[in-house]
Amino acid sequence: MTSEAIYDQLRDIIKVYLPEDVSVDSITPESHLIQELNINSAHLIDVVLDVEDAFNISIKDHELQALDTVSNAIKLIQEKINN
Amino acid sequence: MKRRVVITGMGIVSPNGVGILTFLKNIRSGVSGIRHFPKLTELNFSCQLGAQPEVPETLQKQYFTDLELRNFNSNGILYGVMAGMDALADAGINVAEKEGEPLWDLGVVFGTGTSGVEKFREAIYKLDDGNVRRLGSTTVIQTMASGISAYLGGKIGAGNWVTTNSSACATGTEAVLMGYDHIANGKAEQMLCGSCSDASPYVWGGFDAMKVTTFKHNDTPKQASRPMSASASGFVPGSGAGAVLLESLESAQKRGATIYTEVLGGSSNNGGQRLGGSMTAPNSKAVQKCITDAIRNAQITSRELDYLNGHLTATAKDPTEIANWCEALGRKGKDFPYINSLKAMIGHGLAASGSMEIISTVLQLQHGFVFPNINCEDLHPEISELIDREKVPQEEIEVPLKTAAKASFGFGDVNACIIFRKI
Repeated sequence: MTSEAIYDQLRDIIKVYLPEDVSVDSITPESHLIQELNINSAHLIDVVLDVEDAFNISIKDHELQALDTVSNAIKLIQEKINN
Repeated sequence: MKRRVVITGMGIVSPNGVGILTFLKNIRSGVSGIRHFPKLTELNFSCQLGAQPEVPETLQKQYFTDLELRNFNSNGILYGVMAGMDALADAGINVAEKEGEPLWDLGVVFGTGTSGVEKFREAIYKLDDGNVRRLGSTTVIQTMASGISAYLGGKIGAGNWVTTNSSACATGTEAVLMGYDHIANGKAEQMLCGSCSDASPYVWGGFDAMKVTTFKHNDTPKQASRPMSASASGFVPGSGAGAVLLESLESAQKRGATIYTEVLGGSSNNGGQRLGGSMTAPNSKAVQKCITDAIRNAQITSRELDYLNGHLTATAKDPTEIANWCEALGRKGKDFPYINSLKAMIGHGLAASGSMEIISTVLQLQHGFVFPNINCEDLHPEISELIDREKVPQEEIEVPLKTAAKASFGFGDVNACIIFRKI
């Protein structure tokens, strides 16, 4: 799976959790999920569950901190898929 | 010196009408919200009837964001938020600015019996499968008892006391009393008070097992709930939510708000599960004391009461309740106030019953009518011995009402009674 394809799918997952005043267009590969996109930290857990379902992968507790920015998330998902 | 408290907003999500106008129209004409649930037949319930408000998805979206509705499975919170936000809007109060200060003088007391039972069931299945990590982020907020007050508090930006009370079937009436006391004692200007209850077999099942619901009307749902009737055979479980916006008279007048009624006072007490009272049965002495204490607290006499909104669930306890009212008020026969029970139309809303019934009480005072006691053509003989039949109207009657009492009783021997007056 190309990182572009992962990015598109991840974007669709993330947009559901954006606060009302943050537009989908604000999502870029560099975006920090909590600090820039203002995603509620409790919802990050839901993002992880959606990612697991969408890519058929399992993310361990100690790997959660890698999910800080969109690009780091893509990297982690890429690794998981390849494994 | 206690401050005067009035009602300036109302909201309701009832099995026979969502929104004040529909509900008003339907209680006047005796429209039943009780229906047969095939699911209950499938689950081998004795009583396969229930009462649940109809809330289409488009309506849900007017109160909740798409994100909030994701994995949302707590219909008590749904009903409570709708009723609460409607009451706030009806009172003409705006929610706090997103980036601004909370509304320090506005609080919430919104009760429930249990919260998010369906969500809890969902979680239990996942957890038992060893999948606790799949519960997601909203299992706690949907299943914590205070979920409803937390949802409302956040949507409104309430900065005063935000809490949830729970006292079985007296919950809704108690919530209004708690808000009343808070304002009367000068601790808030506005309190959003009410209660909600889930529609779910998992809430209703326990009552079915106790055989306190009716099994005789599975084919005739509209005739099933028969408060004060000789052929009453148990209650029909219900659900929904009701909410009132209580406000200090001073604040209401300053805002030029429409005042529906004044809350004169009330009382809540407990029978101590003594003197005939138990976990599930009322101590009549405590019921009478609750009513007389409410009257004293409201600084009126029992003679001033024009109308009573009873607890009257359609069980064998209805004649006992009427006897208790007669004893407490010192009134009987033709001298007894008008009385009716909303439960004939919408079943027993359990934790939501008190607040939905309070809305019906305020509407009757406001518009000057007594809604019909449907399914009570055969008034129980023990009741007709105590009070005149015309005080239990079968058809709607138009009559100016000034002062009303609403009482609710519940498991744990809890009692609550409030007095309202049209001003």
